Amino acid sequence: MNVQQVVKQLALDIVSQGDLSREIEGGYASDLLSCAMAGAQAGHVWVTLQSHPNVIAVASLLDLAAVIVTEGMTPDEETVHKAKQEEINLLSSRADTFAVVAQLAALGVQSAHSG
Amino acid sequence: MVISSRMEASITKTQEILQELRVGEVMTTDVITVAPHDSMRHVQDLLRVHRISGTPVMKGEKLVGIVSIMDLIRALEAGCIGQPVAEWMTAQVEPLYADEHVISAIRKLQRTGFGRFPVLDRTTGRLVGILTQGDVIKGTLKRLDIDYRQREEGRYRSQHFFEDVVSEETCILLRYTVEAKDFRHAGQASSQFKRSLQNLGVHPSILRRIAVATYEAEMNLVLHTVSGGSIQADVRQERIDIEVCDQGPGIPDVDLAMQPGFSTAPEWIREMGFGAGMGLSNIQNCADQMTLSSELGQGTHLKMRFLLRKEHEV
Repeated sequence: MNVQQVVKQLALDIVSQGDLSREIEGGYASDLLSCAMAGAQAGHVWVTLQSHPNVIAVASLLDLAAVIVTEGMTPDEETVHKAKQEEINLLSSRADTFAVVAQLAALGVQSAHSG
Repeated sequence: MVISSRMEASITKTQEILQELRVGEVMTTDVITVAPHDSMRHVQDLLRVHRISGTPVMKGEKLVGIVSIMDLIRALEAGCIGQPVAEWMTAQVEPLYADEHVISAIRKLQRTGFGRFPVLDRTTGRLVGILTQGDVIKGTLKRLDIDYRQREEGRYRSQHFFEDVVSEETCILLRYTVEAKDFRHAGQASSQFKRSLQNLGVHPSILRRIAVATYEAEMNLVLHTVSGGSIQADVRQERIDIEVCDQGPGIPDVDLAMQPGFSTAPEWIREMGFGAGMGLSNIQNCADQMTLSSELGQGTHLKMRFLLRKEHEV
């Protein structure tokens, strides 16, 4: 499952486009940046309500495959600019975090800590 | 043809690959075959179901011909779809051998105009595969991809700066200044630091730990300090020492601050997803060694050590 396929299946908006052919190797959800820092891994998709520029810093440092911002939160200009600069796939969904995670799970995206 | 040195130099990577690759490496091994007594109708079904354009004709273990979609069209036009394959196949088949170079296979494909060749094992004479132009293209692309990846890895290794520099004691000092409450640039120092270490060839798994720890330390400077602070890294071949210093306010109870979930961050900081109280414990989990000393009104001094040798040698 790559980012492009997830965008299509979940009808996500692409806020900033990096490498959409990147393979998604797992997922992580939290609105706390330190938790994401500890829990999300390279190649993961991170589902969060946060949309400020530091989300991109975390995504870039962890080499995440994509970030999905939920509940229709619109990332500000600074965030979008940073995402473009760092070539991060920044996606947006109108659905809430739980719904997005459920859909990802149905597509076979797993947590690093599930069997 | 005489190849001048200039032309030789311009021989492309693709040509080079075609001269190296052998038929056995790119052919399709899962071959569908028919017998001479099978009907052309059977061939029609096979070609449709398997979406192929031709198939070898085998009498037992022996290759006796090849039947293609062109033969099928001729049989259809003549209204002879019920006739056996033996009547319509191309009998004089020039086979390829699995140990032949792909470049000679391409010449054969071009010379004969055939779309496919059966591939035989040279010693046993048995059919081992089939080669189409599609197989050649796929095989070449795959090899290009492998070559590219190997080059990428080679570049990664070649950047081992320390192996090229000889001295009694070599170290690289990297220093970053972090402003307090500057959310615009928060995370920038860790990003630049990570990229620098990447260029120095630090192993990805260690790099991740360093990036997480440095980011947390940087965010502490942004969120909690009075006047920001500095991150200084002493990078050596066998280890990286990172020191993070600020001038206050200092941590009243270091042991308490180290506890996961303990946070002094105000509500507005927490709303941004910071101040979860996980920063210091994240650092502790990532660093091979960590010491934290702090004095109220004086400032905080964080030392982290990451060992490079052990994971490199694995």
